Amino acid sequence: MELFSNLALGMSTAATPINLLYFLQPVSALIMLAGIYYGSQYGGSTTSILVNLPGEAASVVTTLDGYQMAKQGRAGPALTASAVGSFFAGTVATFVLALFAPPLAEAALKFGPADYFSLMVLGLVASVVLAQGSLLHAIGMVVIGLLFGLIGTDVTSGTQRYTFGIPELADGIGFVTVAMGMFGLGEIIRNLESESERSVVIAKITSLMPTKEDWKRMIAPILRGTVIGCAMGILPGSGSILGSFAAYSIEKKVSKNRHQFGKGAIEGVAAPEAANNAGAQTSFIPMLTLGIPSNPVMALMVGAMIIQGIQPGPSVIKEQPQLFWGIIASMWLGNLMLLVLNLPLVGMWVKMITIPYQILYPAILVFCGIGVFSLNNSTFDIHFMALFGALGYIFSKLGCEPAPMLLAFILGPLMEEYLRRAMLLSRGNPWVFVQRPISATLLGLAVLAMLSVLVPSFSKTREEAFKE
Amino acid sequence: MIRSTKDFWSGLIYLFLGLSAIVIARDYGMGTALKMGAAYFPSVLGALLILIGSISIIRSCIVQGTPIGTLAFKGLAYVIGSVVLFGLTVRGAGLAIALPVLVVISALGSSRFRWGPTLVMAVGLTIFCVLVFIKGLGVPLPIIGLWFGGR
Repeated sequence: MELFSNLALGMSTAATPINLLYFLQPVSALIMLAGIYYGSQYGGSTTSILVNLPGEAASVVTTLDGYQMAKQGRAGPALTASAVGSFFAGTVATFVLALFAPPLAEAALKFGPADYFSLMVLGLVASVVLAQGSLLHAIGMVVIGLLFGLIGTDVTSGTQRYTFGIPELADGIGFVTVAMGMFGLGEIIRNLESESERSVVIAKITSLMPTKEDWKRMIAPILRGTVIGCAMGILPGSGSILGSFAAYSIEKKVSKNRHQFGKGAIEGVAAPEAANNAGAQTSFIPMLTLGIPSNPVMALMVGAMIIQGIQPGPSVIKEQPQLFWGIIASMWLGNLMLLVLNLPLVGMWVKMITIPYQILYPAILVFCGIGVFSLNNSTFDIHFMALFGALGYIFSKLGCEPAPMLLAFILGPLMEEYLRRAMLLSRGNPWVFVQRPISATLLGLAVLAMLSVLVPSFSKTREEAFKE
Repeated sequence: MIRSTKDFWSGLIYLFLGLSAIVIARDYGMGTALKMGAAYFPSVLGALLILIGSISIIRSCIVQGTPIGTLAFKGLAYVIGSVVLFGLTVRGAGLAIALPVLVVISALGSSRFRWGPTLVMAVGLTIFCVLVFIKGLGVPLPIIGLWFGGR
C-alpha cells in the first residue's frame, strides 16, 4: 500500500509546476519539496498504527507492533511514541547533517569519477538487496532501469539514443512519469484485482499519554533507532527503509521485552519510527554532498536545483550556503510542525483512509495526470505514464519489483558519465575501480552486501521481514 | 517443460529488451573502453540483460514457481484507457470536461462502482482542480477547450 506516498508524489508534482519553481526562490521551492517529503514519511506511521495499512515502505515494520497496540486500546501511546521518537531522531539527524555534511562535501571533492561510479554501484546493490522476492529479477530490473535511463540525447556524443525519431523523447523520459506510472497506476490496477472488502477497523484513541513504564521502555530504543537510521540513511538507495527494518530486528534481539514483539511492544514502534525519520533526513547527505539522488523525492529536488541554475555536487554547500542552511533550518522546523500538527490531525488522516478505494483511486489518477502534464506542459507525458502503468502492473505480476528499477533509472545517465570519465582518466584501464582506495572500499561493501543475501541466516530474516 | 511461468515470461522480456538494446545501438558508434561511444554502455547492459534472461528461462524449467494468477484485465483496461483518453482530450476539451470523464471511466473499472459517490467525487475534484491548478498555480490547460467553444 503505497497509497499515501503516491498521493503525496502526485500532489507535490502537480503543485510544483515548472513555472512555480521559477517563481519561487530556490530555497523556498526546495524547502517545500523537502517538507512534503518528511510529511509523507510521517503520515505513513499514523495509518500503520491505526488501521494496519503502512503509508509507505518504511512504515511496514511499524504495523507489526503498532497495530497490535492499537487493538489493545493503546493507539494513543503508540502514536505518541512514534511522534516523540520521530521528533527526537529528526532533531539529532538534522544536527548530524549540519555537522557532517560540510566536511563530507569537502571530502567528496576528493572523489574521482571511479569513486562516484562505485558509490552508485553500492547504491544499486543496496536496492537489490532490499527488494522483495527474487534476487535475479531485482538485478534484471536494475539493468532495465539503467537502460531506460539512457533514452534520449547522449550528452557526450549528441547521439539520440532509443528515441525512435520521437522528438519528445530527445530529453529522455521524466523519472516522475516513470515513477507515477509504475508505482501509482500499476499499484491501482493491482488493487483492482482483488477488491476484497477493506475491513478498516479503526482503533479508538482514548488517551495519547504513554504511561511512566512506556516512557522508560521507549528511551533506549529511540536512541538506538536514531543511530541506526542516521547511518543507514546515508547509503544511497536505501534511505529510511533499511533503517527501520534494521532497527526493528536489532530491538527484537536486544530488548528485555523481546517476547512481547509482534504482540504490541512499544519498543517495536519507537525504534523503527525513530530510525525511519533519521534516515529520511540523512538521505539528504548524498544529494547535498555528492549530487547523487538516493530516492525519487531527492531526484525531484536535484531537478529543481538544476532549473534554478544550481549544479548539484560537492560545491553546493560552499557556494549556496543559504540553500544548505535553509534546508537544515526547515528540517528542524518541519519536525516541530509535524509533532505539533500531526497528533491533532490524526482524525483527518483516518477519515481519508476510510474513503472507499473505488472513490479514492480516480482522484489519484487525476492528480497524477495533471502532475505529469505540468512537468513539461505536454500531454505526451500522460501517455507515457499510462504505458509505464501497464508495464509496472505486468512486471509486478511476474514477481519483478519496480523499486530497484526506478533508482537505476535515475542513476543510469550519471553512471555512464562517470564510467566514461573514469576510463578516460585511467587510459582505459578497468582496474582503476579497485586501485583507488575509496572506490575499492565502496565496491567491497557492495560485494559484502550481495554476499549477505546469499548467507542463509540473513536471507531468512529478509524473507521474514518482507512477509508482511 | 516450464515449471515457473513467472520466471519464463520475465526471462523472455529481459531477452527481448536486451537484444533490442544491442541491435538498435549498432547505429550509434561503439568507441573503445578508453573513449566510449554512445553504444558502449547500452550494449554492455544489453548483454547483461540477455545473460539474466537466459538464466531466468533456464531456471523456469528447473525450479517450481508460483503461478502468475489472474490478470485484472478489466481494471487494466479502464485505468490505462481512461488515462490515455484524458491525455488525448484534455487540451481540446478542457479540464472541466476531460477530468470528470477520467474520474467516471476509471471508476467503472471497479466492481464496486456506484454512480452517486463517483459523480460527487467528479464534480468536487473538477472544482478543486480548476481552482487550485488552473486559477491558482497557472497550469496552462483550458477550463473549457476549443472543441466546446472555449478558448
